Amino acid sequence: MSVQASVPGTSTSHAPALAARPGIAASARGLVGRIGFLPALLILVVVGMSAADPQFYGPINILNILRNASFLTIVACGQALVIIAGGFDLSVGAVVALASVVTAKVMGLAAAAFPGNDALVIACGVAAGLGSGAAVGLINGLCVARLKVSGFVVTLGTMSATAGVALMITSGIPVYGMPQSFVRDFGRAQFLGLPTAIYVALIVLAVMVFVQRRTLFGRYVYAIGGNADAAIVSGVGIRRHLVGTYVLSGVLAALAGILLTAQVGSGQASFGGDRMMLQSIAAAVIGGVSLRGGVGRVEIVAVSALFLTILGNALNLLHIDSRLQPVFLGVIMVAAVALDELGRRRKSRV
Amino acid sequence: MNISVEARKAAPLLELKGISKRFTGVRALDHVDLDVRAGELHVLFGENGAGKSTLINVISGTFPPDEGTFRFDGEEIRHLSPQRARAIGISPVFQEFSLVPSLTVEENLFLGREISAGGVLRAGAMRKKARALIDELGFDLDPGKRVDDLSRAHQQMAEIAKALLGKVRLLILDEPTASLTERETGRLFELIAKLKAQGVGLIYVSHRMREIRALADRVTVLRDGRHIRTLDAANVTDGELVELMTGRRIDVLFPTIEHAPAEVAVDVEGLSLADGSVREVNFHARAGEITGIAGLVGCGKSELVRAIYGLEPVVAGTIRIDGTPYDAPAPRDSLKRGVAYFPANRVAEGLALSRPIRENASLTALDLPGFARLGVLRQGSERGLVAAAMERLKLRPPNIERPAGALSGGNRQKVMLGRALTRDLKVFLFDEPSVGIDVGAKLEVYEFMKQLVSEGAAVIVVSSELPEVLALSNRLYVMHHGRIAAELTGSEKTEQNVLASFFKEHLATTEAA
Repeated sequence: MSVQASVPGTSTSHAPALAARPGIAASARGLVGRIGFLPALLILVVVGMSAADPQFYGPINILNILRNASFLTIVACGQALVIIAGGFDLSVGAVVALASVVTAKVMGLAAAAFPGNDALVIACGVAAGLGSGAAVGLINGLCVARLKVSGFVVTLGTMSATAGVALMITSGIPVYGMPQSFVRDFGRAQFLGLPTAIYVALIVLAVMVFVQRRTLFGRYVYAIGGNADAAIVSGVGIRRHLVGTYVLSGVLAALAGILLTAQVGSGQASFGGDRMMLQSIAAAVIGGVSLRGGVGRVEIVAVSALFLTILGNALNLLHIDSRLQPVFLGVIMVAAVALDELGRRRKSRV
Repeated sequence: MNISVEARKAAPLLELKGISKRFTGVRALDHVDLDVRAGELHVLFGENGAGKSTLINVISGTFPPDEGTFRFDGEEIRHLSPQRARAIGISPVFQEFSLVPSLTVEENLFLGREISAGGVLRAGAMRKKARALIDELGFDLDPGKRVDDLSRAHQQMAEIAKALLGKVRLLILDEPTASLTERETGRLFELIAKLKAQGVGLIYVSHRMREIRALADRVTVLRDGRHIRTLDAANVTDGELVELMTGRRIDVLFPTIEHAPAEVAVDVEGLSLADGSVREVNFHARAGEITGIAGLVGCGKSELVRAIYGLEPVVAGTIRIDGTPYDAPAPRDSLKRGVAYFPANRVAEGLALSRPIRENASLTALDLPGFARLGVLRQGSERGLVAAAMERLKLRPPNIERPAGALSGGNRQKVMLGRALTRDLKVFLFDEPSVGIDVGAKLEVYEFMKQLVSEGAAVIVVSSELPEVLALSNRLYVMHHGRIAAELTGSEKTEQNVLASFFKEHLATTEAA
């Protein structure tokens, strides 16, 4: 919380320019300054869409949005952590796919081995799925921390390899054979009227907020991204923390893959993919995570993931050509980074 | 009682013997010996590139020595890491800040040794301890502020506070006063005296003779990575120290400059900057003389010249170069008009460290026909022109293909000055020209300014080092709180008058308030 505390202080130097033209513009800026530019945009889209299409606020559509936003939030939390530490994880989309097929495949095999013992079958599948994510993350992390290869290149490589492995496992055909209870009682179940994925995402988010603010790991991730040399000189062991960010990112991507599998009812190598990877980076960047590292909070990333999901949904409802939708995403992402840069320049000289 | 104190004093706290360190072909340290006693302030003295930084880094565990023995408190130490060094009480304050800009002061103080239970931070306990430490040091520092929102002086305070958190037995200070004001420096000196009384050993690196005089017990002189001599500070003169350091005699530090004021080259009227660091400043500089601007850290003197060059946004006032109004200055246009700026921070704003000296020196002149024609570089001609410029500046070794990052502070400044020789310029803005460079290189920079003035250029020198601006300038402006507090010429140009004008202005502001 103290991280942001200084921002109003620095904006006082620009106060005279604003005071010169009081009224709506200034108060709007003040409001945006206080709650941030993202929630303002979010509200704008929600209000606009509610007026344009009553289908938008129908319960089915809302649940759909929340479910999709949950998947994206989980992946984006891991991505954000990697970027805050000064890295990049392009492999998340492929990990979603890998975890999905590994989970489905292992559950199928386990169901054959222990018929009737659903709990054990599910535990095996979930452990294998999360394990596959952790393994990819570990490879990413070790290559970055030990071999000093840039995160961008390493994860570009593992993205390609992981997607390949997922395809090999399935030969492109969906994997069935999971216990009914996994799909019916977990994946498609609702609790207090909301899909289970939302609760999982909220738990992940709460844990990540705690990790970022209150744990040594979170603090070191900020420090490493902020100034790696300073962290080394201060006696922070940076390698294991770097590895930790990639492993966490891999595990969270795998978790999203498992949730998707449970909802759809089959393991598919087409889950996640480039779209999920790009969206997770977009969510992090629009959510204020600096690509220079050292800055960013997961709760804002979650808001940004919700915003991106709603935006995609709105474009669909408005029957905007699906080929045009990535253009919107691109424009918004560049605008977010530009705003971040602008803020930095204003602050750079004290 | 007395005997035990004597005995502890006699046994050195830190004892280095025959320390050597090589970096890809360069011998940075060559069998260096050093011993520091408890309660002693030991000054490391030497030109840039003499091996002081390498030695400090070895002592603080940043990298291991290739050979030699390292004893701390009588115990031989191997495989020292920064973490272990801190644990045994070796606490370095680096010149290049070891702070993470995106974290708060408090988070930085505890970085690497957070108070935690099972991986969970205990924020309350840390806040309390940070406040207690800052209060004890008497620093005016807010522990909740982000480091990149602090001024350089405050960052320096945070850095010192960080070094003093926890158990300290050997404190290493690398030019700690470089960005502190007089008052803060005074407070630092009090603190040093207190630490000495507590039996803390100190290693102190500085180029400032006055500080060495005031603080040092012993001085170790290094040159070209070798230990030259260790002497008692009480029985050595400044001249001897400089002679030992450079290996040659330097009789007068400042050259005699013949000023011949001609027409006004830079004229500033009612200038105010957007961030309020400069307010309604009237200022002019003539060709053929050096115009000095003195002032405390943060008084706006550096912003003034940066605004003339086009690096700070101007909200009011006019700038005229050679009598023609110059609206909306921008670096590219400034160079075309013959105005050059030499930044104080040569790493951040001056040089591309990974690129060779040649490319760095020609960077500001690539639009000239001597360097490029129709967008195609003329490498042969570039090499010739840059080599000639660097020869004139006595770059050693004279290899212009070395990366700028491999150079010492003095040589980096020479590469910057080389830019001035690659194109035709009339106005030279120097921002803290001698920060971070050694006495030998300083002298060469001053000689360079002397040449420029004799060729009829207008030279403006901004400096926080009073003796420097006093000796170099023909006319001296004193800035205070963004305004010109005084303009001194001839016999008025004395240290007392400059200090008095800070003081007078200060009185006026306090009365008004």
